Amino acid sequence: MAAPYAKLPPWVDYGLIPLVNVTVAFLVAGLVVLLVGENPIRAAQLLVQGAFGSGDGIGYTLFYATNFIFTGLCMAVAFHCSLFNIGGEGQAYVGGLGVAIVCLTFDTIFPWWINLPLATMMAALTGALWALIPAWLQATRGSHVVITTIMFNFIAASFMVYLLVGPLKPVGSMAPETRTFAEGAQLPRLDWMLEMFGLTIRSAPLNITFLLALAAAFGVWVLIWRTRLGYEIRTMGFSPTAAKYAGINQTKVIVIAMMVSGALAGMMALNPVMGDQTRLQMNFVAGAGFVGIAVALMGRSHPAGIIPAAILFGMLYQGGAELSFEMPTISRDMIVIIQGLVILFAGALEHMFRPTIARMFHMAGGGTLRPAAEPGE
Amino acid sequence: MSPDNCCGGAAHQTAFSGWIQAIKMLGFGNFEAWISATDGNRMAPYAIELTGINKSFGPVHANKNINLAVHKGTIHGIIGENGAGKSTLMSILYGFYQADSGQIEVDGKPVTINTPNDAIAMGIGMVHQHFMLVENFTVLENVMLGAEGAQLISGSITKARQELKHLEEEYALQVDTDAIIEELPVGLQQRVEILKALYRGAEILILDEPTGVLTPAEADHLFRILEQLKEQGKTIVLITHKLREIMAVTDNVSVMRQGEMVATRKTSETSVEELAELMVGRRVLLRVEKGEAKPGDVKLSVENLTVKDSRGVVMVDNVSFDVRAGEIVGIAGVAGNGQSQMIEAIAGIRRAETGRVLLDGEPIGVTGEADPFMLRKRGMAHVPEDRHHMGLVLQFEENENSILGYHGDDEYVNGPMLDIDGIRSDAREKIEKYDIRPPNCRLKTANFSGGNQQKIVLAREMEQDPTVLIVGQPTRGVDVGAIEFIHKRIIEMRDAGKAVLLVSVELDEIRSLADRILVMFAGRVVGERGPDATEGELGLLMAGVEGEPTKEAAE
Repeated sequence: MAAPYAKLPPWVDYGLIPLVNVTVAFLVAGLVVLLVGENPIRAAQLLVQGAFGSGDGIGYTLFYATNFIFTGLCMAVAFHCSLFNIGGEGQAYVGGLGVAIVCLTFDTIFPWWINLPLATMMAALTGALWALIPAWLQATRGSHVVITTIMFNFIAASFMVYLLVGPLKPVGSMAPETRTFAEGAQLPRLDWMLEMFGLTIRSAPLNITFLLALAAAFGVWVLIWRTRLGYEIRTMGFSPTAAKYAGINQTKVIVIAMMVSGALAGMMALNPVMGDQTRLQMNFVAGAGFVGIAVALMGRSHPAGIIPAAILFGMLYQGGAELSFEMPTISRDMIVIIQGLVILFAGALEHMFRPTIARMFHMAGGGTLRPAAEPGE
Repeated sequence: MSPDNCCGGAAHQTAFSGWIQAIKMLGFGNFEAWISATDGNRMAPYAIELTGINKSFGPVHANKNINLAVHKGTIHGIIGENGAGKSTLMSILYGFYQADSGQIEVDGKPVTINTPNDAIAMGIGMVHQHFMLVENFTVLENVMLGAEGAQLISGSITKARQELKHLEEEYALQVDTDAIIEELPVGLQQRVEILKALYRGAEILILDEPTGVLTPAEADHLFRILEQLKEQGKTIVLITHKLREIMAVTDNVSVMRQGEMVATRKTSETSVEELAELMVGRRVLLRVEKGEAKPGDVKLSVENLTVKDSRGVVMVDNVSFDVRAGEIVGIAGVAGNGQSQMIEAIAGIRRAETGRVLLDGEPIGVTGEADPFMLRKRGMAHVPEDRHHMGLVLQFEENENSILGYHGDDEYVNGPMLDIDGIRSDAREKIEKYDIRPPNCRLKTANFSGGNQQKIVLAREMEQDPTVLIVGQPTRGVDVGAIEFIHKRIIEMRDAGKAVLLVSVELDEIRSLADRILVMFAGRVVGERGPDATEGELGLLMAGVEGEPTKEAAE
C-alpha cells in the first residue's frame, strides 16, 4: 500500500513543482560551474542576459523555442497514445527534405505566402511518412517504436547525407547543401513584433514560423481534447483494454497518432530551413528532436506547458551560446550538462519533490487540498 | 507479544484438554469458550485496544474518535461501506499512517507504531487486498524476503525451509515451497501472504478484504485456515464489506460508517439485516423484489460457441443458449471457468474459434468481424467484469467516461469534433438519474468510489436503451447501498423488455436476480436451473458434479 497520492491544486501541480524542479536543476548546474572555477552567479547573470537582455537575444531565444515547440508537440501527441517517439530528430530531418523540395521547385514562381503553406504540407507529409513504418510495425507486429524510431534516425541521417552530397548539391559546389532559395522561399522575419515592445533586432532569425508553432500548439490542444480522434488516442494511451472494449481500431489509432507526431516534427524544419538558412544544410535539426522529449516531459504533454518549456530551453540554447562566448572555460558542452540536469530533474525525477511539497501543503492544513474539479486539460 | 505467552497458552490448553473433553461430553459445550475467555482476561485483556483514534486527510475526517477492542484469540470483523474508514484505521494500526490523536495498546501496553516494521516487531501482520509478492520468486524466497538475516542467504534458506515446514504443519497451510508465485492460483498466493506474516512471528493478523479475489471455494478454505489460526491462539482482524463472511467466521463484529465506529456486536447476537442497516444507516433490502418474468422473443442466441484464450487453451467449449426479451439469464460458476471469455466473445472483444452468435436474429460475426463499436449501434450494451481496466479509463473525467464506446454516436459528435457541452450535460443528467456521487462530471473517475464508478458504467450502458444487456460481475467491489440500487436497475431493464445476460460469481446475486440459471464448469454449460434452485444444488454443478438429481434418484 502506497502513501496516499494527495491531490494538490493545479497551480501547485503545474506551476510550483516544475518551478522547484528547474530551480534545483540550476542549483546543481551552479555547482558544476563552481567546479570549473567560475562564479555561478555571474554565469547565471550572463545566461539570462544573453537570452533576454537584448532584442537580438530575445529573437534568438524565441527562434530556438520555435523548434522546440514543434518537437515538444511531436512528443506530446505520441505520449498521449502512450508511445515514445524518439524519432522526432529523424522525422524533422526528413521534413527538411519536404521543405526543400517545395522551395527549390517554386521559389522563383510563387511568393512566400503561397510557398509557406505548400512547404508546411510537404514537411508534414514527409515527417509523417518517416513515422509511418515504425508506427505500422508497432501496431501490427509489436516492434517497439523506441527501437525502430531510433534506427530510423540513423537511416534519416544517412539518407539526407546521400542526398546533400549528391542529387541536391548544386553542380560545382563543395558544400554539402542545396543552393540558396530565392526570395519566394524566404520567410518574413518577426522584427516588427519585437519592435512593438521597443526592442531592436539586427540579425536574429525569428520568423513567422513562431506564429505557426503557436497555432500548431492550439491545434494539438483541439485535436487531443476536442476531437473524436483525440479521445480515441487518449483512451488508447491510458488503457488499451478499454480501447478494445470501446471498439476503437487500435492499429488505426497508433498509426495516425504516430503520423501526426511525425508531421509535427517535420514542420519544425520550416523554421531553420525556410526561415533562417534559406537552404537545406546537413544536421540542421541539431538535436532539437531530442530536446523535444524534455520539453514534452516538462510541459506535461500539454500545449500550455510545452510553450513555456520550449522557451526555457530556447533560453538555455541562446543564453548558453553567449555564456560560452563570455566564459571560455564554460564550453558548449557545459550547456548540454545544464540541459541534461533540467531533463533529469523535470523529467526523470519529476516526483522527487512532490511528496515533500504535498506534505507541506497538508501541514498548512490547506482547505484547497481537494479541488472541487480537476480539469483534465 | 513474546513467544513465551503463546507456548504457555498451548501448554495450558493441552493440560486442560482432558477436562474440556469430559465437560463437553456432559453437554457443557460452551465451557471451552469460557475457559479461553477467562484465560485471555488474566493474561492480557485485549490483543489490540484503540482509544480515541482520529485521522484527517485535509478536510476529510477519515477516522473520528474510534474506539476498538479486539479480544485475544478471536476473529474480529470490521465492516463498513467503501470509504467508511476501515482501511485507514488498519493502516494506522500497521504503521502506514500515524493517527492525529488517540492511543494504541497492544497486549495491554501502550505503543507507538511509526512504520510497518514497528508493527511487525509487535507481532502484527497484515495480508493486503493486493498481494505484496514478487511474482517470479519462489514461495520460499518470498517468505524470506526482508527477513533474510544475513548477507549470505544459504544458511537462512535452510532455516526458513524448516520453519515453513513447521508452520505448514501447525496451521495446515500446505504450499509447495519451491513453486513460483505466478504459477500459483490466487488462493495459494494468499496463503503465502499469511505464511509471510506468521514467519515474522505475527500473533495478530489483519486481513484486508481477503476474499475479494477468491472463488467461493477458496474463500471457504481461507475461513477454515482462519479458524485453525484462532484455535492456535492467534488474533485475527478481518476487514470486509461482505456480510455473509462476517456471519460465517467472526466472533465479534464492529461496524464503521463515515469514519465513525457505529457499533460493536457479538456475531452470534446480531443478524445480517441489523448489520446492513448499521452499515448504511437505513434499512436495506437484501432480497430484490421482482415480479414474474414475461419472456418474449429470443434476442440473443448463442450457438455452439467455442473460444480459446491467448495460450490456445479452449476456455469455452461448444456452448449454446438463448436469452429472450424480458428475462434475466444468469451464468453461475466458479471464476475462471470460461465465463469471462464467453462474454468477451459475445461482446465482440475476443475472437471465437467456432460458433455463431445472433443478435436480434442477425449473426454478429463472432469468429471474425465482430466489432464492439458496431454491436453497440445494433443494441448490445456490455457492462464488463473489470471496470477498472475495461469499462472505464480511470484517468478520464467522469463525462469522458460516460461516452466510452459511444463516442462516435451522432449525439456526442459534430463531424470530427466532440460536442463537449452536449457530453457534459448528458453526463450531468445521468449523474442525477443514477445518483452518482459526488455529482461532478468534471471529476477524475479514479476519485469516485467503486460503487459510483460502477454506476457510471451502468448509466452509460443502460441509458442507450439497448436490446441486449450483458452484465459481468455487476457488484464486485461495490458497497451494500449501491448493490441494492444496481440490482433494482437490472430488474427494471428486464421489466422494460430487455434481454439481460448476467454473469456473476456471487451465487446469491445470481439466485436473486436471474429467471433462469445456467451453470458453467470447465468451459461448458453443465446444467440449467430455475431461480428456486438451492445453493447446494448449484454448488454441486459449479464443482462439476453433473447429472439431474431426479435421474439419480430414479436409479
